[in-house]
Amino acid sequence: MYPKKSSTLLRDWDLWGPLVLCVSLALMLQGGSADSKEDGGPQFAEVFVIIWFGAVVITLNSKLLGGTISFFQSLCVLGYCVLPLTVAMLVCRLVLLAGSGTVSFIIRLIVVIAMFAWSTLASTAFLADSQPPHRKALVVYPIFLFYFVISWMILTFTPQ
Amino acid sequence: MAAVDDLKFREFDDAAHLLAANPDATTISIDEPAEAHKNQHSRRQEPGREEDDELLGTDDSDKTELLAGQKKSAPFWTFEYYQTFFDVDTYQVLDRIKGSVFPVPGRNFVRLYVRSNPDLYGPFWICATLVFAIAVSGNLSNFFIHLGRPTYRYVPEFRKVSIAATTIYAYAWLVPLALWGFLMWRNSKVMNIVSYSFLEIVCVYGYSLFVYIPTAILWIIPQKVVRWVLMIFSLCLSGSVLVMTFWPAVRDDNRRIALATVGTIVLLHALLSVGCLVEDSYFFIFPPASVTCYYPRLEAWYNTGRDTAGKSF
Repeated sequence: MYPKKSSTLLRDWDLWGPLVLCVSLALMLQGGSADSKEDGGPQFAEVFVIIWFGAVVITLNSKLLGGTISFFQSLCVLGYCVLPLTVAMLVCRLVLLAGSGTVSFIIRLIVVIAMFAWSTLASTAFLADSQPPHRKALVVYPIFLFYFVISWMILTFTPQ
Repeated sequence: MAAVDDLKFREFDDAAHLLAANPDATTISIDEPAEAHKNQHSRRQEPGREEDDELLGTDDSDKTELLAGQKKSAPFWTFEYYQTFFDVDTYQVLDRIKGSVFPVPGRNFVRLYVRSNPDLYGPFWICATLVFAIAVSGNLSNFFIHLGRPTYRYVPEFRKVSIAATTIYAYAWLVPLALWGFLMWRNSKVMNIVSYSFLEIVCVYGYSLFVYIPTAILWIIPQKVVRWVLMIFSLCLSGSVLVMTFWPAVRDDNRRIALATVGTIVLLHALLSVGCLVEDSYFFIFPPASVTCYYPRLEAWYNTGRDTAGKSF
């Protein structure tokens, strides 16, 4: 998880870790308060789909831009880098147990921002090296957007 | 050597100057088109370079036209075919975005920036960013409007993301398809119409949507006047990019058809922006009655409305 460059780590990809992280994040995000069925928070399936679909799209994007990383390696990296945000989700739930005032919001905000930055930096460190030099920003931006959306879902989570 | 060089590059003034200034300029042998694309900002020394005077100044991105004929030769079921649509560097994308935000009158976006290297990166990710910008800032504006009301519980309205996504992607892909078909049809009737390829039209539409991203973020401000002004301003900017692109394409046609085409383009664009703003008390609601305490006249108006109507509105 620490952003150091190690290509050997990339070669042994597996998707179990990302799957476990994604499922746990989706479970925790499920069904934030709903007055009506329409306006509820993201359901389990939605979070799951967003994470996997987003990861696939980012991987396709980086490959189309000429990256040398393989499809599943990239999925693996993006999935594992969701770990800080899962931790943030856990912390947010605990903080919300204590009350949902302004202070808790500020705590949650700081935690989510820190974890978002960590996720983005970690995955950038792995993925940006495999890109041609003039396109690194083009590859990093979708990763940024992806983790931003997940962070937004975490930050706006309100329990029932 | 010098004599030979003078002979070869006599007619290319800027190239000769550049070579004089930097005689060690590296050249990339063109055995692999993709490689040469990435090194396009190093000056080339290939003799018989056939770039003609149409090139605008020394814009770097135009140097790729040397290999325009060698691109897109892969069959469409291979991955490399789709890679040709993402053959842009960071500065190219940034240049195109700048070109869409600051339209210069008389400059054609396609001719200036796209130049037969249309990309799908820009349109796709600008649409994605726009979808999330609208969803997030709509959410935020609702939140701020209802701030302080104890009965309000904050809900992230997640369904709206999918609706926003469908609308924007449909606009950004189906309208160019229709426009391209229309231009093709006219092209078959009137010979001298300039026709753009489908991807170039998609490119223009995608980049023209960029100016809506900061607009969507600024729409958090709950003042009605501000929102309308912002909307009209961004509509003018992106509409002018579209109009300046397509006016040269249709102006050789029958006058009325040309005007109708351009008018339809602008109208559809306006519909999109108005739709995002207004019909969406869905995305961006306007402040409810409780906020009228800041505006005494509004409050009086609201109260008389309540009394006469007999029910709240």
